[in-house]
Amino acid sequence: MVARVQIPQQAKRGEVIEVRIVIQHSMETGFRHDDVGRLIKRNVINVLSCRYNGAEVFRADLSSGIAANPYLQFYTVADSSGEFEFSWVDDEGARGSERRSIAVSG
Amino acid sequence: MKRRAFLAGIAGALAVPALPGSACAQVNPLDPNIRAVTKGAPVRPGKVRLELPQLADNGNSVPMKVSVESPMTEADHVRSIHLFSERNPVPRMASFHLGPRAGRAEVSSRVRLAGSQRVTAVAELSDGSFWSDSAHVQVTLSACMDES
Repeated sequence: MVARVQIPQQAKRGEVIEVRIVIQHSMETGFRHDDVGRLIKRNVINVLSCRYNGAEVFRADLSSGIAANPYLQFYTVADSSGEFEFSWVDDEGARGSERRSIAVSG
Repeated sequence: MKRRAFLAGIAGALAVPALPGSACAQVNPLDPNIRAVTKGAPVRPGKVRLELPQLADNGNSVPMKVSVESPMTEADHVRSIHLFSERNPVPRMASFHLGPRAGRAEVSSRVRLAGSQRVTAVAELSDGSFWSDSAHVQVTLSACMDES
């Protein structure tokens, strides 16, 4: 699963930073049929979490109500230099993750 | 006189459907989907702001932004935000779990909508109270209905 993550590379301590992530995933609803009329099994990313230096700062429980190629934008406080780790899992158990580092000054 | 009475009757008939619409702005606490989150606690309107376009051409991807008025401190922050759909086959669209480290209680995403409907956001604060906002979206092309 391909994902694009955008966070600032540098931030001042205490600054509220914007985090954006978009994951390439069909978010199959389970309500569509294929060419021969069989139901296509539901397969959505059901959970996505964002950890900042090991501590979870954001988690989203998603469903088929979220558009294909799910996009999320949220915020967090930059309190120390380190690493953001994004991880997600879909109904078929496929996992994905992304890492980004941030340098916090001041 | 006959024509005047007729016009008055028409005006009355047109005015009536507007009433249930405004009444819907209130969250129904008996809604089983909302109850599953609130466990029966009262849900008050306010604090939450749910932004959705009034008109969406394509229900497969509708931009959504939800924000909550909160200082986001250890003592007073937003614990979670839940999104509910009135007409989707899966009414509970998403739940976002935040904390004091979020800094700002705001989440944006893109949602699927199976037809014109009212979408409701319910936020749970650290003091255990629930607040909500809802937005009505007119959807021209529904998600989940087409086979494309």
